[in-house]
Amino acid sequence: MRVGIVCPYDWSAPGGVKQHIRDLAYALQDQGHEVSVLTPCEDESDLEPFVVSAGRPIPVPYNGSVARLSFGPVSAARVRRWVRDGEFDVVHVHEPASPSLSVLACWVCDGPLVATWHSSSERSRAMTAFYYLLQTAMEKISGRIAVSEKARQTLVENVGGDAVLIPNGVTCKQFEVGEPFEGYPRPGKTILFLGRIDEPRKGLHVLLEAMPTIVGEFGDIRLLIAGPGDIDGVRASLAPEIADHVEFLGLISEDDKVRAFKSADVYIAPNTGGESFGIVLLESMAAGTPVLASDIEAFAKVLEYGEAGALFANENSNELAATLSTLLTDEARCEALRVGGFRRSREFDWASVARDVVRVYEAVLQPGVKVEADFSGQVFGRFG
Amino acid sequence: MWIVIGVVIVLIIFGVYLASTAGRLDRLHHRVDTAYASLNEQLLRRSAIALEVAMSGKLDPAASLVLADAAIRAQENEGDPVDRAQPESDLTKALAATIGTRDEVAVLFEDNEGRQLGNQLSSALHRAAISRRFYNDAVRACRAVRRQHLVRWFRLAGHTPWPQTVEMDDEVPEGFEGR
Repeated sequence: MRVGIVCPYDWSAPGGVKQHIRDLAYALQDQGHEVSVLTPCEDESDLEPFVVSAGRPIPVPYNGSVARLSFGPVSAARVRRWVRDGEFDVVHVHEPASPSLSVLACWVCDGPLVATWHSSSERSRAMTAFYYLLQTAMEKISGRIAVSEKARQTLVENVGGDAVLIPNGVTCKQFEVGEPFEGYPRPGKTILFLGRIDEPRKGLHVLLEAMPTIVGEFGDIRLLIAGPGDIDGVRASLAPEIADHVEFLGLISEDDKVRAFKSADVYIAPNTGGESFGIVLLESMAAGTPVLASDIEAFAKVLEYGEAGALFANENSNELAATLSTLLTDEARCEALRVGGFRRSREFDWASVARDVVRVYEAVLQPGVKVEADFSGQVFGRFG
Repeated sequence: MWIVIGVVIVLIIFGVYLASTAGRLDRLHHRVDTAYASLNEQLLRRSAIALEVAMSGKLDPAASLVLADAAIRAQENEGDPVDRAQPESDLTKALAATIGTRDEVAVLFEDNEGRQLGNQLSSALHRAAISRRFYNDAVRACRAVRRQHLVRWFRLAGHTPWPQTVEMDDEVPEGFEGR
């Protein structure tokens, strides 16, 4: 089967949706399918062989966050060319309800079209008022997937209709083998944060507020912060007593991510909301590093309400510090979380996820029909 | 004079709106048709593989007969979204009764031939359920537009029949979950 996948976000920056698409592409290829991924791309060197760039993304504020997206006539033309050259049996777009390459692809394509909803964002005011702009594109989608119950709810409330629930996958074996960084693990204990450091919903500020208490109890602890963003700005804002205990790794490679997990005693995910699934949590669990996460619904579910990882009350720095303290001192509890987390991560391995996604493709395929570029949908979407 | 121009402009806008809605409705009808074609194919494949399992000799004679009977009845009503619901639901029940539990499925998967049949049946069951969901989704979207006053008054749907959802039991038996 020839599958075309559209990623709405910058391929050069790490992110949940991008990683989902990359892993899905590999898993589909493992099962003998041909895959091409179209994506906006800041840095076009060193792309995977199946990735096609749709040009540079533009940072725009959207729905309370900064999104890096591609849109406009140049992008639309590239989408059309990609569809024409690809001769796909099915096109699979991700996060179509945002002003992005994905909605452009829906607009341009004619034929079997599958869409995956990832986020559980509130419906923006613009979406409510101008939904009819997206309507034609949305109504072309013949098969819908949601990665979580919350994402499915978002879809049902915002767009109407139903979706098949297929959760995210983890490439478990990728996280099993890896050496810690030089000098790790440290006897004074190490904790890890991953994610954009200047994105409030990732919750770094919650962790930093807890740091003075943590440092007070564990005098030699180190916090590793891995992720892109304004490092100098965050470093300047650190309280003096914790500055020596914080190390910024910046944007790290996939290999270094495995090493970071192996170097840490506990991985902390203080996200305050907006997450629909805890993919990084599962990676940490696959690497055998215990997880401490905020108790937002998506995380609590992945962690089986405390069986597979520890939880603290969302946005509560005091509870974060207290729970971390018991984790770092109770080796038996850590071992239990390692075992529980490892088992849980296996339930989300990509091979089984890809099998479920292929079933959705097969359910929308039309024998003998390839996806075509539909010009009429391009300019006068609603007049086609 | 201005009144005439105003009326003409309003009429043009109105005409464009009607044309665009007609186009949209056409797309939705097309989506309903293709979704039904694939649902039809998935249901036919499902009953064909169920029949194959029934004839394979992996089940006891009584179970084989129950399953074969249900599979053949399901095949007889191809084509009609309403009439086929009952026999297809019966096939689902027959499958659940004859090869529904985890233990029964595990026994089927013991040898090579059985594993092949089992995998095919599992895929067919899941795909049929997915197809029906997508088809009903298309029907609902289409109906929503056809209920609009303007669409009814101006008969934008022409003679296309009112789309019917397929309401049947297609729950994948417990033994095939996660396979």
